[in-house]
Amino acid sequence: MMLDSKIPQGPLEQKWTNYKKTAKLVNPANRKKLDVIVVGTGLAGSSIAASLGEMGYNVKSFCFQDSPRRAHSVAGQGGVNAAKNYKNDGDSVYRMFVDTLKGGDFRAREANVYRMAECSLNLIDQAVAQGVPFGREYGGYLNNRSFGGVQVSRTFYARGQTGQQLLLGAYQALMRQVGKKTIELFSRHEMLDLVVIDGKARGVIVRNLDTGEIERHAAHAVVLATGGYGKIYYLSTLAMGCNGSAIWRAHKKGALMASPSWIQVHPTSLPQSGDYQSKLTLMSESLRNDGRIWVPSKENETRAANDIPENERDYYLERRYPAFGNLAPRDISSRAAKERIDAGFGIGPLKNAVYLDFSKAIKEQGKEKIQEKYGNLFDMYLKITGYDAYQEPMMISPSAHFSMGGLWVDYELMTTIPGLFALGEANFADHGANRLGANSLLQASVDGYFIAPYTIANYLSNEIHTGKISTEDPAFEKAENAVKQQVENLININGTKTVDHYHKTLGKLLYDYCGLARNEKGLKYAIQEIQKLKAEFYRNVKVSGQGNSMNTELEKAGRVADYFEIGELMCYDALTRNESCGAHFREEYQTPDGEALRNDNEFQFISAWAWTGENKEPELIKEPLVFEEVQPTVRSYK
Amino acid sequence: MDLHLKIWRQKDGKTKGKLVNYDLKELNSHMSFLEMLDTLNEKLITEGEEPVEFDHDCREGICGQCGMMINGLAHGPLKNTTTCQLHLRSFKDGETIVIEPFRAEAFPIKRDLKVDRSAFDRIISSGGFVSINTGQAPDATAIAVTHQTAEEAFDSAACIGCGACVATCKNASAALFTSAKITHMVLLPQGKEERSKRVIDMVKQMDSELFGHCSNTEACEVECPQGISVLNIARMNYEYSRALFFGKK
Repeated sequence: MMLDSKIPQGPLEQKWTNYKKTAKLVNPANRKKLDVIVVGTGLAGSSIAASLGEMGYNVKSFCFQDSPRRAHSVAGQGGVNAAKNYKNDGDSVYRMFVDTLKGGDFRAREANVYRMAECSLNLIDQAVAQGVPFGREYGGYLNNRSFGGVQVSRTFYARGQTGQQLLLGAYQALMRQVGKKTIELFSRHEMLDLVVIDGKARGVIVRNLDTGEIERHAAHAVVLATGGYGKIYYLSTLAMGCNGSAIWRAHKKGALMASPSWIQVHPTSLPQSGDYQSKLTLMSESLRNDGRIWVPSKENETRAANDIPENERDYYLERRYPAFGNLAPRDISSRAAKERIDAGFGIGPLKNAVYLDFSKAIKEQGKEKIQEKYGNLFDMYLKITGYDAYQEPMMISPSAHFSMGGLWVDYELMTTIPGLFALGEANFADHGANRLGANSLLQASVDGYFIAPYTIANYLSNEIHTGKISTEDPAFEKAENAVKQQVENLININGTKTVDHYHKTLGKLLYDYCGLARNEKGLKYAIQEIQKLKAEFYRNVKVSGQGNSMNTELEKAGRVADYFEIGELMCYDALTRNESCGAHFREEYQTPDGEALRNDNEFQFISAWAWTGENKEPELIKEPLVFEEVQPTVRSYK
Repeated sequence: MDLHLKIWRQKDGKTKGKLVNYDLKELNSHMSFLEMLDTLNEKLITEGEEPVEFDHDCREGICGQCGMMINGLAHGPLKNTTTCQLHLRSFKDGETIVIEPFRAEAFPIKRDLKVDRSAFDRIISSGGFVSINTGQAPDATAIAVTHQTAEEAFDSAACIGCGACVATCKNASAALFTSAKITHMVLLPQGKEERSKRVIDMVKQMDSELFGHCSNTEACEVECPQGISVLNIARMNYEYSRALFFGKK
């Protein structure tokens, strides 16, 4: 299979304008004849559903939560980037493009990255118009702060709850359309399969999580805005329900998965404290603007943080990366923390954390200022750990966070299945091998508000004569039967071990062998172990309750069943990439001082994977990355 | 630590529910309340019983999906805390904890501790937004908003829609939730244009969802995980009167 990324002709800064100029339109009268399904109601899902609803298409919106407002975009804390240059500190669309491309270790498409930076300007306007209460200067103008990986202040924020406020803006736009009846909302519904008719995406099979009923829904196009699959590690910063099932089921129906092994590990989450733990809570990266990261310079230190004098502290980020210091990008900060922890300098009861210290900032700026900037995060820290971070440094550690990988999409955000679009974290685009802070809310939003409305319309312009898609088509019946069969299988295994047991075991395996660091031997071992674990799961998992009623265990079991396959693909992906780049650190490929060693000669491509069948090795298809504007350089933050 | 739990079990909205006793032993006090329920459910599944259904998702106190009455208090004993951010260190070893769903006529029980809060979505749908379409918004700097106003709007916008205010109110009133959105919008220049229509439509929707009236007991603020102020309700009442006086525009 040849991959066509459909990057428009012309100079970089003209590509998106040129695309919009030539994209086909759908007459307003014809839009009523076209149905679109949007799965997911986060920033990408709500914004595209609202946009399409406003335009007059018939939209069905699905989410597994009890309300669209719960989507995990709500948890984005630190901010959202936009190259507005309000601070007059030299920011521009071009600089943001270069920062993002470099931040992603030159493993993203130039044209996509440039477009995201370009559309960032409109997003702030859109959000402000919706009433998002961004932080303001005293004079009334918007305020910015800086974030990891850049040297300008381009991050707009609403305290430490930027994701929540942006999501509420998008959710309100969505609910406005629900009120106008241009959108039909299905909460507590989970997509369990994609329906493909004559090679095109034509609908979904969903399970009503309240009743257990399996439903068929047809449309002329299907949009997956279902977020990331970082929860595969079990312990992660993600919400408990985050999963990869929708994109994985689409993958098994023919959509390629790109760069699945690139999962960002966030440097500032709270450390694990015990086996019972269900998640690791993220503390916003914005804390690194004022917090200094250190570990004791002596191994196995037993003194409390405040008793360790200044000259016995190792500010290892400031030492190793003087230019960026505590604002070094996430992959680098996470690996540097792991390096210190593994070397025996970790702190906390399990010696698995590092300090994030605000004493200097409090001394210089006063407690009140710090409280205003990060108050809710300090409160959260106190609630979870029982410690007061105004009095002693926070304890933080790396944790699985964001999947840069996802469904392969072209410039139009369309997958390899015509009519199937993937937006936001569900696609692989824009971030390369590592995502810069405050770019995830941005990507999800611009995909939904400003990009997909054009590209989906372009696709739908050829569908106006198709007519209503019937859910009586045999493809629907087949997909529905397969879903029902899987539900029945899972219920009938009736083994001895719980779903969570398998999820935790898989997660640990992936963290150890396909986490912050990987090597060939470990990845091969992990593939074998995952296969064994998957076989055992299908023999011995215990899913209580019935298929035809509310059953959370069944929901979890279906997701874990998919995680086995995603995890295996992650290991194959990591195994074939003999270089270190971004989130992917292969121990065999590093510089003498422990930095990532990229190999542009052999690996300047996107790895897209095709499903070849149960228990078969996946097929690798390469999309070469061509850099016209910026030549890849060694990514240094020193 | 050991805990005795009395948990509300109810198969569905039509079946009668009851409190059922469970004992858990050797729990870690650092465990969150929901992790304690996970532990209980692992035990129940292994013993062949159906687990307790409860709502939760982000477990970071921000999504608003979790929530239950714990010893008669919405989200439990701590101030400004969601259930997911409540830890066992807030309880005593050997304590008996009564766990029930949020109760309100407008929040029908789905199963065990899960309730249907879609009435909140319908209230937002009736007017809790700025009517702007996507794509051509004016430059964000075009409208200046003072720092103080933005912060004040944020205080109201921070509502997570968990429903604790309704559950704790003796009238099951949704006044705090609705008024928080009305206040958020009316404080900002962007939201001022539709203020009259918004408040009338949202209050009407709130009433039609069978939420009760506010009788100023202020219990909602006490148990709100975000500390949303009851002053929002005063503002909603003012906005409502103002809209009626000047007519719906």
